[in-house]
Amino acid sequence: MQNDLFTYTLHLADNSLIMGHRLSVWTGHGPMLEQDIAITNIALDLIGQSRNFYQYAATITETDATEDSLAYLRDSRDFSNLLITEITNGDWAKTTMKLFLFSTWQFYFFQQLINSSDKQLAAIAEKSLKEVTYHVRWSGEWIIRLGDGTEESNKRIKAALEEVWPFTGEMFLPAEYEKSLLNNHVSVNVSDIKNDWNTKVINVLEEATLIFPGDKNTWMHTGGKDGIHTEHLGHILAAMQFLQRAYPGCEW
Amino acid sequence: MIQEPLWEVFIRSKQGLDHKHVGSLHAADAQMAIENARDVYTRRMEGISIWVVESKYIHSSNPDEAASFYDPANDKIYRHPTFYNIPDELKHM
Repeated sequence: MQNDLFTYTLHLADNSLIMGHRLSVWTGHGPMLEQDIAITNIALDLIGQSRNFYQYAATITETDATEDSLAYLRDSRDFSNLLITEITNGDWAKTTMKLFLFSTWQFYFFQQLINSSDKQLAAIAEKSLKEVTYHVRWSGEWIIRLGDGTEESNKRIKAALEEVWPFTGEMFLPAEYEKSLLNNHVSVNVSDIKNDWNTKVINVLEEATLIFPGDKNTWMHTGGKDGIHTEHLGHILAAMQFLQRAYPGCEW
Repeated sequence: MIQEPLWEVFIRSKQGLDHKHVGSLHAADAQMAIENARDVYTRRMEGISIWVVESKYIHSSNPDEAASFYDPANDKIYRHPTFYNIPDELKHM
């Protein structure tokens, strides 16, 4: 049970850290100053969430792990983030699309996690929910603007939807450690939030003049929650962990 | 790249009664301008209310006319309510 709670908390921390790190790469490269600041703010929100989860994880393991060692000294097989958080940024359309689909999932997820019997997880969920509410709004606006925008922007957001969609199925498939925590009302039953997620996504896609793909004929990628990743995670870790690997214990 | 229109941003702080001009930014429409203002101007808890107005709708006085506009008020100190005799019973005036 304690081990499952540790793995589960790491899963949530890894989701936020990897998504946050991906978004942070836009810093200084946003399409305009205002949006550059917006996406950097969101990246910081996500990295802040991951810190809360890592700090909590460090207190429930018997090892001498710290938030830093958990973020910077684990290898890719030990990361259990959703694959949607690690795929490449692509263009602005792909970045906002994966953020929208992921943030909407986070929104309904944290709404449930607030009721967790684990008080610490519930508290982190409550704090994060306010941030995520804005992430959904901001990214949803971009889906609508790009979808209902110019011929070029419509083409790009369509391609983004097609590319990111196969990474959404995994969000609603519980891993073993999640299932075992359901008994004590610690974890969220992710299959239960799929309807709400579908409804929100359908609404925004409709307003964006895009067609909801559904999941009947789509092969969905899975594995992230159990440490089986795409080739991209290794590259992310190589960049993100370089400093701690090259100069162990380095502080500034 | 297409330049989006300029907007003026006004923020009301938690203690403040009025919205104060804080700066300007680019956005495609009012909705985006408010979101951009939130991200650019309220990151450090500067405010709890935002107004935006497209800069082209702000009309200003002409600095070249400053003399004729403002100087005539200089020697009209009687316009300040300092020449009235206030009854002693009135406090806090």
